Amino acid sequence: MAQTSAPPAKDAELTGPAPSPRAIVRARRRRAAARAWAEYRRNRVGMVGLAILIVFIALAVLAPVLVPSSALDVTQATGVPFSPPSAEYPFGTDESGRSVLALTVWGSRVSLLVGFLATVISVLIGSVVGIVAGHFGRWTDSVLMRVTDWFLVIPFLPLAIVLATVLGPSLANIAFVIGITSWPGTARIVRAQALAVTARPYIERARALGAGDWHLITRHILPNVVPLIFANTVLIVAIAILSETTLAFLGLGDPLRVSWGSMLDAAFSHGAASIGAWWYLVPPGLAILLVVLAFTMCGQALEAVLNPRLRGR
Amino acid sequence: MATAAARSFGLTAANRRIGGKLVGAVLSLAFVLVFNFFLFRVLPGDPAKNLTRNRLVPAEQVQALRESFGLGKPLPQQFAGYVRDTLRGDLGISYKFRRPVSDVIAERIWPTVLLLGLSTVLSTIIGLFIGIRGAWRRGSTFDRGSLAVSLALYAMPEFWLGILLLIAFGVGVGPLPGLFPTGGISTPGTDMTSLAGVLDVARHLFLPCLTLTLAYLAEYALVMRSSLLDELGEDYLVTARAKGLRDALVLRRHAVPNALLPTTTLIFLNLGFVVSGAITIETVFSWPGLGLLSYEALRTPDYPVLQGVFLLFSAAVIVANVLADLLYPYLDPRVRTG
Repeated sequence: MAQTSAPPAKDAELTGPAPSPRAIVRARRRRAAARAWAEYRRNRVGMVGLAILIVFIALAVLAPVLVPSSALDVTQATGVPFSPPSAEYPFGTDESGRSVLALTVWGSRVSLLVGFLATVISVLIGSVVGIVAGHFGRWTDSVLMRVTDWFLVIPFLPLAIVLATVLGPSLANIAFVIGITSWPGTARIVRAQALAVTARPYIERARALGAGDWHLITRHILPNVVPLIFANTVLIVAIAILSETTLAFLGLGDPLRVSWGSMLDAAFSHGAASIGAWWYLVPPGLAILLVVLAFTMCGQALEAVLNPRLRGR
Repeated sequence: MATAAARSFGLTAANRRIGGKLVGAVLSLAFVLVFNFFLFRVLPGDPAKNLTRNRLVPAEQVQALRESFGLGKPLPQQFAGYVRDTLRGDLGISYKFRRPVSDVIAERIWPTVLLLGLSTVLSTIIGLFIGIRGAWRRGSTFDRGSLAVSLALYAMPEFWLGILLLIAFGVGVGPLPGLFPTGGISTPGTDMTSLAGVLDVARHLFLPCLTLTLAYLAEYALVMRSSLLDELGEDYLVTARAKGLRDALVLRRHAVPNALLPTTTLIFLNLGFVVSGAITIETVFSWPGLGLLSYEALRTPDYPVLQGVFLLFSAAVIVANVLADLLYPYLDPRVRTG
């Protein structure tokens, strides 16, 4: 603990009285973010992806305003079950006469929420494991990488099914299962970067000046790893949303909430395919396709902006 | 044996690498066993009760069953028993079928191997072809079109694609009749060994195989395209051209073999993804393989079957990964020295 107090004091001494070191760092970060955004704005694919995302996020946030929640209530359904699209029901109705449009709008909430929650869990585990393994090295690294490899090699869906069956179907559990099965990729990437940073001379300098592990990780390694984590995060959301859809389709989703995956599950298990009720199947699937594609586009654009090595490809 | 082998080859870096990979694979398998064991312990309910659910079974018999599961013994002993049983191929008794899990799995394994094998081969060939053509004619209509289609295929849930194909070609749209059967592996009553039976299975196989091929090829095409693009910037291709080699030969003899390496490993490493696809697609098309079995087991829920299938899938993927590692030095001489 005594070690960590030394460097800030030295920083203050160097920068003199005018702006505090934190202010300098903040200003530098703001400039870097502005530069990245200017670069991102030039990326057409990234901007299209961002536009699609904004539309869907707005839809999810405004769902209660756009469509009253009574539209989801089976007992208050007014339409004829499985009726094709009409003026009253633009996307037709489901097996109990509810509007498929209303379900799709509401479904965006759970699909996006689970996607984001799972991503937070996944990125958190992945970053911590990656940084700790990369920074401490030796046996810590070997053990953590062994575990990472295990999660990497075990087939995702069978593992997720086993976990979800044991934990029981609920929104939080699904997010947890997806998070706990999807972090190894992040851990690998973060570890590689942490290893590269730890090997740099200025880390040795900081250590010689008495910096502790906590200081090194938070002040030197983390700032270098965050851009990578950020681009990776956006790509993980896409995977998490797809995973939620798959698990919900298999009946492991929250039975009380509508998501795009649970709509597909309901449609399929009520025989929408055999009576050719395409209007029940196309909207949720298309929504998933668009959102996942948009996240992938944003993620790739971000990678191009934040990873200089990929620039100009 | 092992020491003799080590002496004759010398303990080179490559051998150590292979040894490390093998140890890693064995450890992974051990992890799977431990994981499976503890999961079985935290499961809600009593296995003996689950097995005898909905049947009139005397209390003594339930007690005897519980004894046979070894539930009264200390945990380490239970674990040792579990490992011994698993190594002997005894995976417990299915709640649903009331038969040994290994028998149930053995019945379902071949349809899955047929479906996954065929769609993996097809998607690899088609995916690589699309990737190579796209990278070689970068920016062409074909490249941009195939890139867009690949990204879209990559972004859609494969079972959704399956259901749409099922409606379009199985059920039929509007006046169009369904061209292919909507589910199962054969029409009941046909002799599977006759020519008509084989054709019948092929007709049933068409839609699920098409779905999986489309779902898998996107990734192969994308990876092949980007790894060939990487190679195309290399100096040795300029040399090859400067020697006067025709473009087609530069591509076939020089660029493609090098670009194939990352894609080849991907094909092996992708088996986990392939297996996941099987679960949903077999469900959509009622293809009586391990995927459909997992689905039925999780809807019951039939824990012993779920565990058995999980064990088998994991073992298959771990073995495939080891094979990829062992194969890689033969494909890429650069790894041999490294």
